[in-house]
Amino acid sequence: MFEMFVSHLINGLQIGSIYALIALGYTMVYGIVKLINFAHGDVIMVGAFIILFLVTGAGIPFIPAVLTAMAGCALLGVLMEKIAYKPLRNATRLSALITAIGVSLFLQNAFLVRFSPNPRPFPRPAISGSLNLFGDVSISYLALVTIVVSAVMMILLHFFVKGTKMGKAMRAVSEDSGAACLMGINVNNTIAVTFAVGSALAAVGSALYASTYPQVEPFMGLQMGLKAFVAAVLGGIGIIPGAMLGGILLGIVESMTKAYISTQLSDAVVYGILIIVLLLKPSGLMGKTTGEKV
Amino acid sequence: MKKAYAINAGLVLTLFAVITLLFHLGILNRFHNGLILLVCINIILAVSLNLSAGFLGQLVLGHAAFMAVGAYAAAIFSKYITGSEIGLSGTPLLIVALILGGLAAAVAGIIIGVPALRLRGDYIAIITLGFGLIVQSLINYFRTYTGGAQGLLGIPRLTNFNNAYFIVVITVLVLVCLIRSRHGRAMIAIREDEIAAEASGISTVYYKILGFTVSAFFAGVAGGLYAHYLAMLDSRAFGFSYSIELLVIVVLGGLGSFTGAIVAAVVLTLLPEILREFQQYRMLVYAIMLIAMMIFRPKGLMGTYEFSVFGIFDKCKKVFVKFKRKGAQ
Repeated sequence: MFEMFVSHLINGLQIGSIYALIALGYTMVYGIVKLINFAHGDVIMVGAFIILFLVTGAGIPFIPAVLTAMAGCALLGVLMEKIAYKPLRNATRLSALITAIGVSLFLQNAFLVRFSPNPRPFPRPAISGSLNLFGDVSISYLALVTIVVSAVMMILLHFFVKGTKMGKAMRAVSEDSGAACLMGINVNNTIAVTFAVGSALAAVGSALYASTYPQVEPFMGLQMGLKAFVAAVLGGIGIIPGAMLGGILLGIVESMTKAYISTQLSDAVVYGILIIVLLLKPSGLMGKTTGEKV
Repeated sequence: MKKAYAINAGLVLTLFAVITLLFHLGILNRFHNGLILLVCINIILAVSLNLSAGFLGQLVLGHAAFMAVGAYAAAIFSKYITGSEIGLSGTPLLIVALILGGLAAAVAGIIIGVPALRLRGDYIAIITLGFGLIVQSLINYFRTYTGGAQGLLGIPRLTNFNNAYFIVVITVLVLVCLIRSRHGRAMIAIREDEIAAEASGISTVYYKILGFTVSAFFAGVAGGLYAHYLAMLDSRAFGFSYSIELLVIVVLGGLGSFTGAIVAAVVLTLLPEILREFQQYRMLVYAIMLIAMMIFRPKGLMGTYEFSVFGIFDKCKKVFVKFKRKGAQ
């Protein structure tokens, strides 16, 4: 009984750390431009396709392929921002949101038309076997790698945001972009870097996700992106540690629901939690309520 | 003003008579009948989504889910009535079923709207999106009532052109009256500036929930029509992509224009049928259209323009006067 519980907990941690990694992209972009980047989920899909083609098509080893995918996704994120979101920076939020949905639809359907809707097998790295923890409880090396890689990425991000000049600029722009501009911070560059970093993290997330569920298809980002977004809202959107907490919590809740209640209801439970959290604490678990400025 | 009502009523009846005549003459066949019913359903959906997205300014991404709630509620009810001793059939049964479906959707709207609409910003988008997925997974879970993934079969086929047409007319009429009333002006004020509206004494939460619920009600009515037209329901039909398609209709037609929503609903329902060989590219084109529209013409093709007979007269008069003046010079 207890062993089962621990193994479900590990499953939850594994998927939750991927959610957290992707949620970071949502939360960083939201923190800086106040936009729900619906296309973030599709960046995951693009990342998975890049890795797939590099590994199976060009025969490049897995790790360099992931690094290339990170660069590719970062470029995609910047392009997305420059082409679709930048012209709308001062438009109403409704327009910006509809544009984000448009970008997401565009990526999905462009890949659908080009690469057919059939799922392709993902060339996951050959990590097999598992580490025995205690008693009957063991953790697969894949789960261990997933959790460790996500944790390392989050720590790197933490140092980037807190320690570097660019990170400082990012925090300043998200606090008050007008004032940041007056202080000589290049707001456009900072926003572009935020998109790039978020998208690169999504590429890492896509490598980990596709290694766990080895299938690549044009709509794979939709569900994943939504859940990661729920994780970001759960932790408090715009707050980086919140996204990490929200992601891991969501992963554990989902894995427990699948194990103890019903597989079919897991989506309903995940989105039900979102609604309950917004009802009780709209700013998220780690969020602070702020007043409205007129 | 009275004259305008009479003219509009006349036009509505003439259109109905013309289409009925075309059916009798055999120019429109069964295939066209199905298409016209689909246009009717999409008009109701577009107009009701326009109330929440266009007039209220709330991005709703789960309109198809409200439609699903209404469709399943209406279909289960009419299946039960047809199988029982109660002698209700034909259009009266359809009307009762539609009202029931609408109410079910409205209740769902209140449940979703109360937490989401208390908050400012984009939460309504994400909550309605999540709601759409919840509805689909619940439909699949309660398969004893809804047929689950196999679909709900054996729904009486009650929708026909005669009743669908007038349900569309009633829907548009109710929504236009709502928007022209004090309540409608309050909703438009919220869209324009929520803080200013609140400062002027408008209860923003109340009006947002009211508009959202009415919008959900009519989505449910459309769902009921859809169920009794197809005679079978499949939860996959009410997915995210249908919600997006409806949003494309509203955005394209004009956020805040009934005329625009109706025209766009007609065009975007008929166009894919005509351009069948480009089916694959349809969503891609929609995506590009959405982005381009938001960047270059965020108000939609029609903006907030509304069709009116007297408006056209006035415009003609103005043009005429201008010409006269030019002539006099």
